[in-house]
Amino acid sequence: MPVIRVRGLRYRYPDGAQALDGVDFDLEPGECVAVLGANGSGKTTFVLHLNGLLEGEGSIEICGLGLKKQNLAQIRSKIGLVFQDSDEQLFMPTLLEDVAFGPMNLGMPREQAVARAQKALELVGMGALLHKAPYHLSSGEKRRAAIAGVLAMEPEILVLDEPTTSLDPPGQRELADLLRALPQAKLLVTHDVFFARALASRAVFFDRGRIAAEGTVEEIVARFNWTQR
Amino acid sequence: MRYAAIEQWSRQQSVLHRRDARAKIGALLAFLIAVSTTAPASRIAFAGYALLLAAAIAAARLPFPALVRRAALVLPVAAGFALVLWFSDERARAVALLEKSFLSAVATLLLVATTPMPELLRALEILHLPRLLVLVIHFLYRYLFVISGQARRMRLAASSRGRLQFRSAAGALAVLFARSWERASGIYRAMLARGFSGQFPALAPPRWRAADAAFFIAAVLASVAVRVAL
Repeated sequence: MPVIRVRGLRYRYPDGAQALDGVDFDLEPGECVAVLGANGSGKTTFVLHLNGLLEGEGSIEICGLGLKKQNLAQIRSKIGLVFQDSDEQLFMPTLLEDVAFGPMNLGMPREQAVARAQKALELVGMGALLHKAPYHLSSGEKRRAAIAGVLAMEPEILVLDEPTTSLDPPGQRELADLLRALPQAKLLVTHDVFFARALASRAVFFDRGRIAAEGTVEEIVARFNWTQR
Repeated sequence: MRYAAIEQWSRQQSVLHRRDARAKIGALLAFLIAVSTTAPASRIAFAGYALLLAAAIAAARLPFPALVRRAALVLPVAAGFALVLWFSDERARAVALLEKSFLSAVATLLLVATTPMPELLRALEILHLPRLLVLVIHFLYRYLFVISGQARRMRLAASSRGRLQFRSAAGALAVLFARSWERASGIYRAMLARGFSGQFPALAPPRWRAADAAFFIAAVLASVAVRVAL
């Protein structure tokens, strides 16, 4: 059974622009899929639908649960969204509190939430910075902290929107290593073909709100001439 | 990222920094009540309060001139009211108003400069300040960094394309507002994605030690002593 199942998803922005125009998509357990496509082709809009932050027409199932208001809390614990801008994701006064924010929202007792947060921070190699303020971290540290915040909820799916943005090359390499070691099914929205190639076994290509093609990253790159040179 | 001076001070070490935030809040409250109820004519009392504050700044090992300069920012506001009093021939009260405002500002700044914001907010919460108010302060503080960072980047971008004029500065302010608004909705969205449902979870409670009680009692007694004796 796929962990994400999307059928006929359509969404129109309040200003009338058709952002998504009939998207069908499946993500299998443990799979890593790259979402490629031009700016404004609907990638981020698509991702925001997966945990109900945007509501369009069509059907979405996450781990077999239909995306409905009464399932929302459960769905948000199963699908972890790492946003493009880590500054938006980190808002608690200290790193430990920020990472524990998700588990506490799941209704977990304090000690258990803290233990989970510590585990997640150690997993991303930031176990020593528990009491730092998130806004004093470097870009790479912020990204890893944001991922820890999502991992602490122990989701079954990780969705990362432009995860390599503002990371230096070693930072990108470390991120790739970290993601590869995580067992969750992953959806990578990215312009970074190199990064997609390193991690994803499959790619989909968004064009004007639809999935125009899917295949291996190589096939997609070749078909749409999706390279810098 | 440039750190705000007060934020940096609040993370230093000293006897005053180590005190429980609740003790410091209580001491500040006692001081503020003492100052605001002091008769305008009691010159010596104001000197006494200033001396107390000077001792506290020294104990906190904070830079005296920098702290006083920041506290002086309240003076223009207070000066408006003081002027009204001055011209209605209440000269002593006008001067006292300035003195009280300034002393209160230094004292409040001292609390903020010796207590990291997370500790301060947690203490306020334990002291039963309405949760909504605590949240508002928390976000105000959080967004301060977001907005000042945004403003700095915009200023850099503007000045690298020439000198920033007054008119374009006004336009830039509007853009800054719009961007900060966008950023705020982005943060809210990220909170929802991690299951936020309107309740803010708080972690470890602070510990109250004997030294905190001693500090609190000493600070209250000192304020009361100056108020009553001088």
